[in-house]
Amino acid sequence: MSAMLEVSDLVKKFGGITAVDHASLEVREHEIHAVIGPNGAGKTTLVSQLAGELRADGGRTRFRGEDITSLRPAQRAHRGLARSFQITNVMLPMTLLENVALAVQAQSGHSFRFWQPVSRETETLDKAMEALKVVGLDDRADRVASEVSHGEHRQLEVAMALAMEPVMLLLDEPMAGMGPEETTTMVGILEKLKGDKTILLVEHDMDAVFSLADRISVLVYGQVIATGNREEIQGNRDVQVAYLGDMVE
Amino acid sequence: MKTPRRYLPDSLPGWILWGLLLLLAVGPVIIFFTGQLFYLDLVSRIMILATAAVGLNLIVGYGGMVSFGHAAYFVIGAYSVGIPAYYGFYNGFLHLGLAVGFSALFAVLTGAVSLRTRGIYFIMITLAFAQMMYFTFVSLEEYGGDDGLVILQRSRFPGIDLENDVILYYAIFAVLVLALIFAYRLVWSRFGRVIVGAMHNDRRMQSLGFDTFRYRLTCYVISGVICGIAGFFLANFSNFISPEMTDWSHSAELLLILILGGLGSMLGPVIGSFFFVLVEEWLSTFTVYWQLYFGAMLVAVVLFGRGGINGLFERWRK
Repeated sequence: MSAMLEVSDLVKKFGGITAVDHASLEVREHEIHAVIGPNGAGKTTLVSQLAGELRADGGRTRFRGEDITSLRPAQRAHRGLARSFQITNVMLPMTLLENVALAVQAQSGHSFRFWQPVSRETETLDKAMEALKVVGLDDRADRVASEVSHGEHRQLEVAMALAMEPVMLLLDEPMAGMGPEETTTMVGILEKLKGDKTILLVEHDMDAVFSLADRISVLVYGQVIATGNREEIQGNRDVQVAYLGDMVE
Repeated sequence: MKTPRRYLPDSLPGWILWGLLLLLAVGPVIIFFTGQLFYLDLVSRIMILATAAVGLNLIVGYGGMVSFGHAAYFVIGAYSVGIPAYYGFYNGFLHLGLAVGFSALFAVLTGAVSLRTRGIYFIMITLAFAQMMYFTFVSLEEYGGDDGLVILQRSRFPGIDLENDVILYYAIFAVLVLALIFAYRLVWSRFGRVIVGAMHNDRRMQSLGFDTFRYRLTCYVISGVICGIAGFFLANFSNFISPEMTDWSHSAELLLILILGGLGSMLGPVIGSFFFVLVEEWLSTFTVYWQLYFGAMLVAVVLFGRGGINGLFERWRK
């Protein structure tokens, strides 16, 4: 399996704080690669850097062999890299279908079309409905985004990322703030995608990570201290120390 | 696939707008029979304002770009009539072409700068550009400077005699209807969805892959051109042009019209223009300090009537 995303020595500094400190990792094609780490380890910063929203202060990012270090978010999106947000970040006054349709629209030609209503673009709407179906929101397509539940927002985030027909998904804590039932739903959704999409999954829920991920990288203080499969990570001493502190002694 | 009950919120201009347009269409007949010719002028002026408000609504109501300098396009459109007329060129296509061309140029140049800012900075920059236009035209001594210019003849189109006030009325009416239809189609098109999406969440739109700046700039130009066309009619309507047309108070009036009528609605700019001009006329028959009462009214609308007059209608319909 070849590497789809190669991150080498990535750095992000905010004033005196180094949020991402020479982080390196490699995501292979068709794998779910989880990034875990304690609070404040720099996980979201890393995702924002990979999506191009934050400039790198050092290091390089290669996506499918191409150096994308200096590309802006829209350019990365067009190359097939889609992200979802940890804190729900959608067009709240628009319906779920409108939100997802915009994601489809972004990837299907330009939008300098001024006359034909989108409601008559059946292909766009079909694709949007399909994405909603994958996450189980197709029966709520007409609901306004500001009126649906937190769990449904998380599902909408994933649907929008999927609707971009990406080569690779960057999912930033899709289960954040979810109850057990909603988490089960989301794990089910991601299982459906497993093997089909390449996914970088940032997540706090360890049960979800261990059941979904092919490989796991552990981020501590902005550095990747270990990468491996479930057993390797669970048996890694550095990881145990990072999570449990001196109790391991 | 199960088709969704409704894809987009139903915003077909309701019967109020249709009724209003029908009334405007037969307006001159009513005015003729009642003998109140004064109203022909008044309604013509209202429709010119409404056309400009439709243009401004595209960026303010649907794009979240609050321009405080759209009166600049009045002066651009008006001088596109006045300066050629000063040299004896009365061809309407020439006037209209210049109005559209210079409005677009001005919008591209100023938009490229101002759209890099947000919120209060955007408001101030658009105001600054409009003030620059004001002083530019004041400095043009050849064309009357501060005093402006009288236009001896209106723009000439083959088969359309704008010297006739009723024909001018219908020309303005036709342009208002065209602007409304265009705005309506635009808002629900691919382009319109991007503009609305960028108003609600620009960052997310960019991460979806939209270069929102280009879309917003295009919308800004379209808005400017519509206001430039309104300026073209303003010059023809009043047979007079002056830098005063781009005074900041006129930019503010356009925004007031939108707030009163209802931002981001099709009915808003039209009903807002009617309300603004008629209330102004009515109040000024009592007192020269009409603005005091108008201000109080505006405060009431902003505090209690969210969505302006259009919002009241919407709530009432439900």
